[in-house]
Amino acid sequence: MADPIHQFKIDELFPVVKIAGQQIHFTNSAFYMLLAVGLTAALMLGPTAGRRLVPTRMQSLAEMSYEFIANTIRSTTGEQGLKFFPLVFSLFMFILVSNVIGLIPFTFTVSSHIIVTASLALLVFFTVIVYGFWKNGFGFLRLFVPRGIPIYIMPLIVVIELLSFLSRPISHSVRLFANMLAGHITLKLVASFVSMIGAFGYLGWLGATLPLAFTVALTALELLVACLQAYVFTILTCIYLNDAIHPGH
Amino acid sequence: MDPLAAKFLGAGLACIGMGGAAIGVATIFGQFLAGALRNPSAAAGQTTTLYLGFALAEAFGIFSLLIALLLLFVL
Repeated sequence: MADPIHQFKIDELFPVVKIAGQQIHFTNSAFYMLLAVGLTAALMLGPTAGRRLVPTRMQSLAEMSYEFIANTIRSTTGEQGLKFFPLVFSLFMFILVSNVIGLIPFTFTVSSHIIVTASLALLVFFTVIVYGFWKNGFGFLRLFVPRGIPIYIMPLIVVIELLSFLSRPISHSVRLFANMLAGHITLKLVASFVSMIGAFGYLGWLGATLPLAFTVALTALELLVACLQAYVFTILTCIYLNDAIHPGH
Repeated sequence: MDPLAAKFLGAGLACIGMGGAAIGVATIFGQFLAGALRNPSAAAGQTTTLYLGFALAEAFGIFSLLIALLLLFVL
């Protein structure tokens, strides 16, 4: 059976620069990241350059994704959260486009590597900490001290709140990475059943239609998961930013 | 115990966690349906919350599936 992990291998395409004796290569991961950024920029800048009153299809696609994210930020963090719109929108479009590119066969899924999702999650984590202290000063620490809790269980609650705050970047990054990794491995396994059963001759071809249909259904599910996980990452980012803007429960 | 056998046993045990995710997802959709049948006009506004809850609950099943897959194919 074909090794289902092989699709996540990082290939070095050509060397770029040497830093402290370490050769930095341009990899297939970097190529697909650039592709995602390029496609997003083309989708956002190209159709909106004309700015027609009655939008074309591509222009309304760009406008709808803008309004979708703006409404998400407004409903979770209020009007003050809109200053983070560029960060949240870039995160959403990058994750969405790279997830959807990864669904095309023989491509590479950028978000299936934990280093990529962990970088994005840590970016959000440190943005929350820096902005929280910058805006509220030490009032940001009210986040760990909920109001209306009896004083004798307060030490326990503070420890729990602190732990849940510190474990956020882990769950935030692993959720996206694990969904992409497990989804692609499952697709590959079910798809390899088709060729395995099909090798038995005419009766095998009949039996192979079942995993083939299952592969099609699974691809549809993966398309849903790709869009949904981009949205989940975005809305969790908004919820975490809300803590920095309005600390205290 | 034979290390290979322990590996496969561990992968199988890790998959038990997916049962919890199945209960969670079923609860979310079941409760949504129960609420939506009582007040169908309010149901349309809650579909994003529904899918958000579905994705959050499903992620934990994916975590245990990930452990099983890593045991099977990577370690």
